[in-house]
Amino acid sequence: MGTITLSNIGKAYKQYPSRWSRLAEWLSPFNRSYHQLKWVLKDISFTVKPGEAVGIIGINGAGKSTLLKMIVGTTQPSTGKVQLTGRVAALLELGMGFHPDFTGRQNVYMAGQLLGISVEEITSLMPDIEAFAEIGDYIDQSVRVYSSGMQMRLAFSLATARRPDVLIVDEALSVGDAYFQHKSFDRIREFRKLGTTLLIVSHDKGAIQSICDRAILLDSGSIVKEGGPEEVMDYYNALIAQRENSMVLQKKNANGRIQTTSGTQEAIVVEIILLNDENEVLEMVNVGETVSLRIKVQVKATIPRLVLGYLIKDRLGQPIYGTNTHHRNMPLHDLRAGDLIEYNFIFPVNLGQGDYSIATALTDSDTHMTNNYEWTDLALLFTVININQPAFAGCAWLEPNASIQLHRQTSDDAQ
Amino acid sequence: MNRLLKALWDYRGFIFGSVQREFQSRYSNSLLGGIWTVLNPLAMIVVYTVIFSQVMQARLPGVNNSFSYSIYLCAGVLTWGLFAEIVTRAQNTFLEHANLLKKLSFPRLCLPIIVVANALLNFFIIFGLFSLFLIVSGNFPGLVYVALFPVIAILVLFAIGLGISLGVLNVFFRDVGQFFGIFIQFWFWLTPIVYSSTILPEALRPWMIYNPMYSLITACQGVLVSGQWPVWQNLLPVTLLALVLCAFALRLFRKRAGEMVDEL
Repeated sequence: MGTITLSNIGKAYKQYPSRWSRLAEWLSPFNRSYHQLKWVLKDISFTVKPGEAVGIIGINGAGKSTLLKMIVGTTQPSTGKVQLTGRVAALLELGMGFHPDFTGRQNVYMAGQLLGISVEEITSLMPDIEAFAEIGDYIDQSVRVYSSGMQMRLAFSLATARRPDVLIVDEALSVGDAYFQHKSFDRIREFRKLGTTLLIVSHDKGAIQSICDRAILLDSGSIVKEGGPEEVMDYYNALIAQRENSMVLQKKNANGRIQTTSGTQEAIVVEIILLNDENEVLEMVNVGETVSLRIKVQVKATIPRLVLGYLIKDRLGQPIYGTNTHHRNMPLHDLRAGDLIEYNFIFPVNLGQGDYSIATALTDSDTHMTNNYEWTDLALLFTVININQPAFAGCAWLEPNASIQLHRQTSDDAQ
Repeated sequence: MNRLLKALWDYRGFIFGSVQREFQSRYSNSLLGGIWTVLNPLAMIVVYTVIFSQVMQARLPGVNNSFSYSIYLCAGVLTWGLFAEIVTRAQNTFLEHANLLKKLSFPRLCLPIIVVANALLNFFIIFGLFSLFLIVSGNFPGLVYVALFPVIAILVLFAIGLGISLGVLNVFFRDVGQFFGIFIQFWFWLTPIVYSSTILPEALRPWMIYNPMYSLITACQGVLVSGQWPVWQNLLPVTLLALVLCAFALRLFRKRAGEMVDEL
């Protein structure tokens, strides 16, 4: 079975003060070193167990790709050891080894051999590859005339033609049209079900949260956070919001979920509750019930412009609905320290049964990238239950007005 | 070493496919296709034989055959061409395939092997045509022809040892490639290929044994022009040099392979 074990992996690139110093080092009889080491990854250790799916996230330059390259074996680590068991397939760059002058079929053979698959095996896999790529007659035309999406389809079909024990994916899935993205994702899910170990690098929050058991956050070459995907994703979002100023705080709330807060704290949410129309505080909400979301904000410093936003997320952290006072054209201006603001948002809870959370953001515009006063994930949790509506599936309550007409041929008409 | 050979063997399909593909890709969009693979070298042989023997009436000193100079020229130029192709392509092969090396994990030594296989394929086509010409024009040397095979084998060994060494060095010091481009031109003219070694001044001739290509090229010329068996002990130094170079290349490659990917 497929496992990935990394022990104290580090990667340093040699930096020479001038072009000549490398030559001097090579020729030096006493092994004098003229270079400095630039560490891009330090002390990375983790294990991916058989059948587990782990996501790696981090900003550009955090070292994700270097890490993957070392796991795959194209780059050698400077320290530590990578151990892989089982057959490994990597989707680092799709379409490597494709030559535009040859047909899709010829390229499949060529690229397949480069992946270490024998000709006989490719021949036996060929019908599957063709069927999965769904590029029709193009398979026998030269790759030159392919669209980039078609090339990607073929490359993906080839790379995943055999179920590997370990699958390593590097954001390759963001290519292709929506249909194929779904299809490729389904294939990865199916592999998972059959026991393939998965390691995925992505910026796509949805992908990480829906497929991974665990996430690892890399920042400037080391692991800063490891844990449940939602928790790590929230931390990551808070981190990118706040590259320079202020703090990021995570605390466990009553349900054992982890609440992430970040920001300059120039304005903070002091109270957030859901009320029904009788002004009673709710934790359980009936499907379709009209509620009022009340958020009280305390201003701690002089703020030129204040925008409050909230985002309702489902159990997996996928966004369901979000808005803010910038979009609603209700920003507040010139606030002073000590001001207390009460916001009320009244809406019907047209949601399916399940647990939901609300995240809040206090900023000065419609993104939280500019001035993040406070961002809190899981600021409020609530559960939607179905007390008096007909049973339904899904996360949205789209109550239809159903009407049915039955047409049946009588035996006379039939003759 | 065994692991290395096994890894290469596992990728034989890739090596073979690459050679086939490179060969095909040269002519894939042409109307005449494969015919060009024959026409190009044929033109070269025609130029050397017809032009030099008939038009310019060039003669080798001491030989009275009208084709002798043409054969002398072809024997030298074709074998030198094999050597030059392997070395110059091997020294660039890692740079050319930087993308592949950085993105995929496969035995890296496949790349120089593909270079050798390609060069040999081209060489066999052109040399086959040349041999055909020898038979047709009645200049085929006979049994002594088989002596060419070990000579070519030594030449390939020498070329690949040198090529891989230069290829690895070229990744770190791009000057190597530039420098060798100039160097090989001097080397060509310092080897008796176009001219006969007899026209060299007496004082210079003893120095020729320090040119490893001299013994290889003269062996080929001897076989093809005058049907002489090579003097094997003259080939001993270059054989040793080739083995040493190959060992050095392998060591250099092993030591620097990891660093090489960082540098690409």
